Amino acid sequence: MSLSVKHLLGIKELQPQDIELIFRTADTFKQVLQRQIKKVPALRDTTIANVFFENSTRTRISFELAQKRLSADTINFAASSSSVSKGETLIDTVNNILAMKVDMVVMRHSASGAPWFLANHIDASIINAGDGTNEHPTQALLDAFSIRERLGEVKGKRVAIIGDIMHSRVALSNIYCLNKLGAEVMVAGPPTLIPKHIQDLGVKVEYDVKKALEWADVANVLRIQLERQHKPLFSTLREYALYYGINKSMLDSLNKEMVIMHPGPINRGVEINSDVADSKQSIILDQVENGVAIRMAVIYLLSGKGEIVE
Amino acid sequence: MKTLLDNNQLNITLQRLSHQLVENHLNFNNTAIIGIQPRGILLSDRIATLVKGITGRNDVEYGKVDITFYRDDVHQGGLHLPQDTVIDFSIEGKDVILIDDVLHTGRTIRSAMDALLDFGRPNRIELLVLIDRRFSRELPIQPDYVGRTIDTIITQKVKVNWIEQDGKDEVVLID
Repeated sequence: MSLSVKHLLGIKELQPQDIELIFRTADTFKQVLQRQIKKVPALRDTTIANVFFENSTRTRISFELAQKRLSADTINFAASSSSVSKGETLIDTVNNILAMKVDMVVMRHSASGAPWFLANHIDASIINAGDGTNEHPTQALLDAFSIRERLGEVKGKRVAIIGDIMHSRVALSNIYCLNKLGAEVMVAGPPTLIPKHIQDLGVKVEYDVKKALEWADVANVLRIQLERQHKPLFSTLREYALYYGINKSMLDSLNKEMVIMHPGPINRGVEINSDVADSKQSIILDQVENGVAIRMAVIYLLSGKGEIVE
Repeated sequence: MKTLLDNNQLNITLQRLSHQLVENHLNFNNTAIIGIQPRGILLSDRIATLVKGITGRNDVEYGKVDITFYRDDVHQGGLHLPQDTVIDFSIEGKDVILIDDVLHTGRTIRSAMDALLDFGRPNRIELLVLIDRRFSRELPIQPDYVGRTIDTIITQKVKVNWIEQDGKDEVVLID
């Protein structure tokens, strides 16, 4: 048994047993992270480049921490302060980094599909840290891992993904991941932010957030991505908050325990209110914590050559 | 396949090893037992139970250590899957008895000692093994307590079977 892929480009290409293997490995890394010395020497012979063509706080720090906890050497590269601004191509940039003997590349790019393009041109393993509006595989893995941790298993659970589905790579990766693990998935939000034909991915669609919450065991609330909305898709943020934002009185009226998630960064008072984000039902900070363990597992499993020895 | 220890001999050996431990560590006041995952655990489970019986103490500190992330061959050949490490007590200043079923090259023990040091600075680490394959060491590591010392060649394999997992208590040499 081993991962069926050489790169982690998208959840779409993973098998359910790949996800299980990543979770099982992340369980042991989570133990490591609870020790006094939160570091193991496993990847001391590995060098990893974090190549970010798009801004990121959480994901970049999480990846970097995961690499350091594994004793890998890391180099960080942000497009804004690099030769990309002088017109260098993606392949040239990455090949130059690889010429310095780098074993693995973690890449975020604003163009959907960029990691697949790169995977066809270079030898090193690539981990997609988010490509445009397409996929964000490690986020989906840590989301499902957090659901598994809180509810015991993912299979059979009802997960509503709420908000800006149209511009969200988190939504797409989550749909693939949850479907593969046997959860029921619903997307909810204003019609202008839900792509047409999304039902074909095997999800339910709901335009009334309250109804979606009534149905769900877990609500994964997504950020309104104003930076990707090139034409107005709803009138004002206040109106969005009024009709689609999640607040405490709404949750209280449901009369049930449900799990609230958010991949961050949060627009407090827009898609989610502070009284929900900071409540007991929220596992937002657990998601962040689990992110490091999940990324350690992915990096560890992709760093191996050949089969896994039992 | 040759039987090195049958069920009866194995039990006598386990009794002797446990008594030797108690002889040296008396009431286990400042001593912890730690088994090495995965196969050393089956032996250390037995030893810990026997030691608890002999000392009459049910609170003898007993943990498990996984060496996967401390191996020196992480990127040679296949990747190993990690198992649980369970050390829910402090090993700072303690005498630690490290337990594994077969001592061969010594590399596993080296990794285990590295892993242990991430949990604190023990006063001393001792090594207990059921089978010592002597003359096959690749590192200068020697056991303090040995069930049986045997001479083998590298192509041979020593397998310790346990009722819990293999249906039978015995040690066999496979050519």
